[in-house]
Amino acid sequence: MLEITPNTIAFLVFALLSVGGALGVVVSTNLIHGALFLIVSLFGGAGLFVLLAAPFMAAVQILVYIGAIAILIIFAVMLTRSMTSLSEIFNRQWWISAIVAVVMLGLLLVGAILPVWGPSGTNAMLPVSDAVGTTVDLGIALVDGNQFVLPFEVASLLLTAAMIGAIVIARDNE
Amino acid sequence: MTAVNEWAFIGIFLAVAWVLPAAPLLVSWIFRPRRANAIKMQTYECGVETVGDTWVQFKVQYYIYGLIFLVFDVELVLLFPWALAYNQLDFFAFGAGLLFIFLLADALVYAWRKNALEWA
Amino acid sequence: MEAVCENIFSTLAPCLTSSGWDPSLAQFVSILLGVLLITTFPLLLALLLIWAERKVAARVQDRLGPNRVGPFGLLQNIADALKLITKEDITPAGADRIVYNMAPVIAVLSVILIWAVVPFTSTNIGADLDIGVLYFVAISSIGTLAIMMAGWSSNNKYALLGSFRVVAQLVSYEVPMVLALLVPVMIAGTMSMQGLAVHQLGMWFIFTAPVSAIIFYVSNLAETGRAPFDLIEAESELVAGYNIEYSGMKFGLFMVNEFIHAFTANALFTVLFLGAWAGPFATEVPILGFVYFMVKTALLYVPSLILRATVPRVRIDQMMAFNWKFLVPVSVVNVLVIALALKIAQGLGLTPENATDFVSNIPQTIVLLIANLVVVVFALTLVRGSVRKERLMTSGKRAEPAAGDAEQKALAATVAGH
Repeated sequence: MLEITPNTIAFLVFALLSVGGALGVVVSTNLIHGALFLIVSLFGGAGLFVLLAAPFMAAVQILVYIGAIAILIIFAVMLTRSMTSLSEIFNRQWWISAIVAVVMLGLLLVGAILPVWGPSGTNAMLPVSDAVGTTVDLGIALVDGNQFVLPFEVASLLLTAAMIGAIVIARDNE
Repeated sequence: MTAVNEWAFIGIFLAVAWVLPAAPLLVSWIFRPRRANAIKMQTYECGVETVGDTWVQFKVQYYIYGLIFLVFDVELVLLFPWALAYNQLDFFAFGAGLLFIFLLADALVYAWRKNALEWA
Repeated sequence: MEAVCENIFSTLAPCLTSSGWDPSLAQFVSILLGVLLITTFPLLLALLLIWAERKVAARVQDRLGPNRVGPFGLLQNIADALKLITKEDITPAGADRIVYNMAPVIAVLSVILIWAVVPFTSTNIGADLDIGVLYFVAISSIGTLAIMMAGWSSNNKYALLGSFRVVAQLVSYEVPMVLALLVPVMIAGTMSMQGLAVHQLGMWFIFTAPVSAIIFYVSNLAETGRAPFDLIEAESELVAGYNIEYSGMKFGLFMVNEFIHAFTANALFTVLFLGAWAGPFATEVPILGFVYFMVKTALLYVPSLILRATVPRVRIDQMMAFNWKFLVPVSVVNVLVIALALKIAQGLGLTPENATDFVSNIPQTIVLLIANLVVVVFALTLVRGSVRKERLMTSGKRAEPAAGDAEQKALAATVAGH
């Protein structure tokens, strides 16, 4: 059923990185280690994007998430005082989230194996090259009045708002 | 060459490239002397014994720079498809890009005015 | 048959298949050979680069530099490498061992990975990705991470402080660098490195977008920790910076990373603004293209060496102010003005029909040069404004005798801030 091609091997490697990294984030008691595991997980995600023939998204994943957000998280951790190793678990609701996670996984598995959602799984059979556009298509769609120009501009507004908010919060002593 | 092959190249590159910097470390691990003692392993802070935790509290300025960078980074990533398709777009696209960058510049001006760009 | 065998990095496969190999195996072997060639190239280059750096620095300081081992001291670095390998490795107590050992490897890896998309000649490129430009920007950001890992895992206050400063510097200067990159992408309409190189056969981007070229060069100096921006190794303030606790070969790897990174930055400048392998007969004889590529990069590299040996280091607040209050605004305006100029050129019908033809590029280039002048005028007004402000501040200080007291307080606050 499952052919061993270079693609499947790559998929397994990246999936393992992704899931293993995520597990490391949850399990590690050292905040910086958690951030580094997050990077591993995100890197796996970038690899999966490449396998899905979306290299632009992969670049975005590495550039924005690993290059900026992970750095920001580490800066934020270092703003706190001596919290590298937490010996006790502060979060008492961990078992609730564990149940939710398991239920979600079950639902996703059902959805992936049985074609419950979507037009009975035919989309999955499409050859990759037909299903995806290029980065140029993305660029055209982003500034097309009939397509995504409004989300494009709203994204800019949102980012501006985020930055102003952060500056206000961080410099409240003035 | 198809695009798949290009990425196969990158994949193999990734698998092989880390061996090269790791190899000298391995060779060094075989050949180097091991004469460790507690004083040698001390943290080097100009001969003065290290005081307190390494975890000094950092100023918030680092975080603010990081955040401004993040905002710019996301914006730039969104601008790349725009720049890529620019030759095929009409004048409206220039307007859209202008508005996008203008909103971005707004944030920079705000940060500047609020002295968030000052180091000290 | 020769035509398909031209790319020694990735299309040897048809040749191997024609000589009786299994196609998929041939594919794999050809890619593996290419990978090995490209990965070893920058590392071997590093030996030469370190030698060149030491020689140039020595000449600037009226010394001879390495001249004992081998002809002109060329083998000095091999001797140094042997010494580093046999050095005892000291991992400080309290260091996070795994992260501490991974950091130098990741640092070197992040630079080597960039070479996968560098077009050496008209036919030889590791992987001509559609998103080549974004690829190298993304990969460079991994280098930042390595420095963060090194600084944090050393368990040393100086290292942590140094790495934080460096990371703040690197992420800050990434903004103008990427903004400058938008301009070649916009003009050429492609992000593939080979595509950019081919597009410059008619006109190099340094002539159509000189302001972007300068911004890219300056921010790259900062990205690679060179010249006036070498706060990465501020000996006088932070002992050594993020790599203070590293010794032996691990320290050596950080040094190798630094030298290759500086050269790589210049190589990328060559690809993006100086037409990569472009030159007489470069398309007919690919190996000539490689020679042109290396010569152009070396010509860019040597000034950065002299710069490093001659200019003093800037303060960190000056460096940040220079980036956010000058480079970033200028590069934002630059992108907008060039975008407008491109649309005007398009509207007037001046867009070259054949980008590889020199003559048909001239009208558009003139329009873009005028646009660049507008950006330069904007930059000069920005400088004038800040100079005037500074003058007002210093004259205000002179009028106020208590200013010295305030300065002392500010200094104390700065020290406390760290």
